[in-house]
Amino acid sequence: MIEIKNLHKSYRTGTNALHVLKGIDFSVKEGELVAIMGSSGSGKSTLLNILGMLDEADEGSYTLDDVPIKNLNEKIAAKYRNKFLGFIFQSFNLINYKTALDNVALPLYYQGIGKKERTERAYAYLEKVGLAQWATHLPNELSGGQKQRVAIARALASEPKVLLADEPTGALDTKTSYEVMNLIQEINDEGKTILIVTHEEDIAQMTKRIVHLKDGVIIDDKPVKQVRALAHV
Amino acid sequence: MFDLDRWEEIFDTIRKNKLRTFLTGLSVASGIFIMVILLGFGQGMQNGIQKQFQRDAANRISIWPGVTAIEYKGLNPNRRIQFKNSDYTLAAQKYSDQLAYKSPLYRIWGGLVSYGKESGNYRVEGVLPDYQFLENAEMLDGRFINHLDFQDKRKVAVIGNKVKTDIFKDKEEVLGERIEISGINFIVVGVYTDPGGEREESRVFLPISTTQQVFSGGNNIDNLSFTLPQEENFEAALATSQSFIKNIEQQLKQKHTVAPEDESAINVSNSLEHAKQIYDLIFIIKTFFWWVGIATIFAGVVGVSNIMLIIVKERTKEIGIRKALGARPISIIGMVLQESIFVTAIAGFLGLITSMLLLELIGPYIQTDFIVNPTVNFNVALSTVIVLIVAGGIAGFFPARRAARIKPIVALRDE
Ligand SMILES: Nc1ncnc2c1ncn2[C@@H]1O[C@H](COP(=O)(O)OP(=O)(O)O)[C@@H](O)[C@H]1O
Ligand SMILES: [Mg+2]
Repeated sequence: MIEIKNLHKSYRTGTNALHVLKGIDFSVKEGELVAIMGSSGSGKSTLLNILGMLDEADEGSYTLDDVPIKNLNEKIAAKYRNKFLGFIFQSFNLINYKTALDNVALPLYYQGIGKKERTERAYAYLEKVGLAQWATHLPNELSGGQKQRVAIARALASEPKVLLADEPTGALDTKTSYEVMNLIQEINDEGKTILIVTHEEDIAQMTKRIVHLKDGVIIDDKPVKQVRALAHV
Repeated sequence: MFDLDRWEEIFDTIRKNKLRTFLTGLSVASGIFIMVILLGFGQGMQNGIQKQFQRDAANRISIWPGVTAIEYKGLNPNRRIQFKNSDYTLAAQKYSDQLAYKSPLYRIWGGLVSYGKESGNYRVEGVLPDYQFLENAEMLDGRFINHLDFQDKRKVAVIGNKVKTDIFKDKEEVLGERIEISGINFIVVGVYTDPGGEREESRVFLPISTTQQVFSGGNNIDNLSFTLPQEENFEAALATSQSFIKNIEQQLKQKHTVAPEDESAINVSNSLEHAKQIYDLIFIIKTFFWWVGIATIFAGVVGVSNIMLIIVKERTKEIGIRKALGARPISIIGMVLQESIFVTAIAGFLGLITSMLLLELIGPYIQTDFIVNPTVNFNVALSTVIVLIVAGGIAGFFPARRAARIKPIVALRDE
């Protein structure tokens, strides 16, 4: 599903160049649930952003679902993001003046799907994350956990190949974190490929594989025995 | 543009960002409002000046005597010149083929005009039939002085509309009524109106022959008035009138033994020369108001552009989210631009309509000599709105394009 080879990325700030990713080799098969771990500043988000085509690598190759991702112009990148990827962010990134339903429907709008179908599908995903009765509420009327579930529904709505989550539980308390992880596990159980960036050990233990990042290289990559979140909520 | 979903998306953002929309709209609407009011008053000033100028025939030439300033042929300075009937007949005959209208005038200052118990002091002027056209007077009722009145020295009077309302009050039918002018009875044969307004309508015209006879004027006259035939070209008309004035002035000076270089014995007023000054003034006023209008539009463009920049800044994160969800740059540009143009257009037309309504409502109540009927040419206002929308679009385009270039990772970076 995901295949990256010898990935390099530096950031230039003024005269200094910060070498963040120093040759990453890494692949993910369909249906995996992977945690990317590492201390703050180790390049986890950078890696995820490159995988999400929100940023570009300086060097190396990246193939997503057998499509080489290289030299994309903005238009193609937008299309691929919409078609292949669903994003979940630490700070949810819902559009604050749109209802939960409209937020979930937005990726479908950019797919050119008509209003009626959009609404139906968005509603189905809200139902899936257990928030159907909150459909007409604005984000600021929802709790953190609810917001993240709306964001997950939105990420799922476009039926992407891969879900990319950057610290999805970073802004939530433990109980809510586990509820969200439970939802993520259920989605993974249905076969969706998911990558989660986290620096919390307990969250990482709820995935199936942990990749450790340090100083821009992978220092450890091993499968784990998945802890089911449901047992803890 | 006609993508219904896009419109829905825009109405959605407008509905949910009422304040922002309101503020954008307000700046545009007030810009247009101010500009239309200004252009309206510019037009009003032009109307006012033109009306002032219409009170007499546009190409009238008036000549009246004064006091000599220079000793000439043994005659002392400070000698008062008096025109006589012969001055008029001489000029009228000599230049008869060059003149369109001509009339002498003999004036009684402070003539007391009365009807029954009502009376008032008005300018009473003895004239010839042509004088109607020299004055730009229009008959409301009856007729002006005619040739028979002059020949038979009839005691008939043509009164201004102001005189009529003053002394006849509500009486509608005044023709044939007998009025008294400084103790002598006259029959009213006509009522006139004058574009110059009340001041010009506070007069009574009599046949000059009658006036000279009954008010002991002998064959004295106070003033000569002429017009030359219309000419297509303003400059040519001005030149003809100047050469005519030069000839007649010379002739009058010779007849009254005035030094050729004496500037104060014979006075001449040429409406065409005034007209030139007035046209120049109108041009300056109009140019000024256009500049003000253009400056207002420019300010509007800057305002729209500023607000667009704020909107884009405010929406950076939202735009990042949209791009992460698959929005193409063109759709971001379209979204921002279409919203701003839509708001600008609606607000612009609102400003246009309210300002035009205001002009329409208060315009007729503005009664000064200098501002008359302030209105604005609708096409001018409309094209201004279109210019503003286009300019607003251009002003909005650059922030919109910048918005589209925002990298989602930059926009989404958690603080
Ligand atoms: N756009 C950027 N410009 C400059 N430096 C950046 C940029 N993004 C990230 N960095 C730097 O790169 C390093 C890795 O960042 P990041 O991938 O966000 O780390 P993590 O998510 O593991 O905490 C950090 O030192 C960060 O300061
Ligand atoms: Mg990070």
